[in-house]
Amino acid sequence: MKSIDPRVNRMDLPSNEDGKEILEEQENWETYEVFHQKKRGEQHIHVGIVHAASPEMALIMAKEAFGRRRQTANLWVIKSAAVTASDYEDQDVFETTPEKTYREASDYYCMDRIRKYQQEHGIKDRKEERRNVQKANKEVKK
Amino acid sequence: MYENAYVDPKQKVSSLTEGEDPVKLAEFEERIQRGEKIEPKDWMPKAYRKQLIRMIEQHAHSEIIGALPEGTWITRAPGFRRKLALMAKVQDEVGHGQLLYSAAETLGKTREDMINDLISGKSKYSNVFNYPAMTWGDTAIIAWLIDAGAIINQVTNSKGSYGPYCRALERICSEESFHLKYGHDNVVFLATGTPAQRELVQDALNRWWTPIMHFHGPPDKVSQHTEILMKWKVKLATNDEMRRKFLDEYVPKIWDLGLSIPDPNLKKNEQTGQWEYTEPDWDEFKRVINGDGPCNKERLQVRRWAEERGAWVRRALQKAEQKYTVPLA
Repeated sequence: MKSIDPRVNRMDLPSNEDGKEILEEQENWETYEVFHQKKRGEQHIHVGIVHAASPEMALIMAKEAFGRRRQTANLWVIKSAAVTASDYEDQDVFETTPEKTYREASDYYCMDRIRKYQQEHGIKDRKEERRNVQKANKEVKK
Repeated sequence: MYENAYVDPKQKVSSLTEGEDPVKLAEFEERIQRGEKIEPKDWMPKAYRKQLIRMIEQHAHSEIIGALPEGTWITRAPGFRRKLALMAKVQDEVGHGQLLYSAAETLGKTREDMINDLISGKSKYSNVFNYPAMTWGDTAIIAWLIDAGAIINQVTNSKGSYGPYCRALERICSEESFHLKYGHDNVVFLATGTPAQRELVQDALNRWWTPIMHFHGPPDKVSQHTEILMKWKVKLATNDEMRRKFLDEYVPKIWDLGLSIPDPNLKKNEQTGQWEYTEPDWDEFKRVINGDGPCNKERLQVRRWAEERGAWVRRALQKAEQKYTVPLA
């Protein structure tokens, strides 16, 4: 059928009969990884890739692809080839990380030892003293 | 189809896993079972890679070709706000195409190869875009109901196992929600307007009902092939399941507007809770997907025209030292 788009009808459309390929290898240049920062002060986060012939062009493409809809403060583009990544096969080297509880603040508690020592040596517990004062103050107010 | 996985039932089931290392295959399947995503450099069965390339690539083509019937209407969109909104929607669709091409590239097929396969007719795209948007009413129906169908497909597929595809789909779905609201707004405006406006949108609905029913693809039975694809979380629902979900959500909304759907058998069976409908003409679907639709030729010609016209610019920007790298994620 004839196109209902007047613009298409004005085009000198090529024949599609031969099914010939058009694009040559690497005609879409190189790939860049895009990092997006939502607000000043926040981290840049990897959001995807663009194809470009130069870093400047990659930034323009990144602005259209990843900055047109959401809030954006800043974009980085880095050639995919420039990234050195760890291997998922080696993921097991991180496996013991959660076991290293000595790296966590929550793994350190010594109040039991302190209390025991205070009781044994007749040292007053500062916190308990403070609580008693507060209690007394409340009763005075009543 | 916004591309659901498909294996020719004539193909041997064993061919999906033939020649694969059984230990690696078991590890791969366990990982998926645990709900972990597969990343580009991970080991994966050949059939998994092949299915995903096919699916994601055709999804990308659908976004790009899908921008054509709507793009036609930008200059004729009634009013400035609608023009802006339609331009934004069309730009989104093209952007989604870019995201999806990138996701497919991580599996090892270059973008040039994908575009060549589209233009030469080797790869398919969603069949609905081989139909024309005859009136402004058509654009409203497309933006509302075709995008609604697409969202159901995309939300389903975003729960899949391949990391880059899932991430692209999540971003796409959040953007599509504006398309859906925009389309609904346009349909409501026409349906609650003058008698001529109501007629415009009812006509469009009548014209688009068959393509809408075609959208999720022909009924597919759960075979041993699909069982494997479901185990690999490449396929997450049958075509009929997605179609029923669409009917369940949108038929009541269409009826709310006093519009009629051109299928006298369409109703929800209160006992089974299932929608009953007349099967759309699947011969027409096959005919159109194989090239004999009203717009197939024009769509590919326009695409070829754009690539041919742009070739000198792309080649002028190429540098001798440039080297293609498969994107990371």
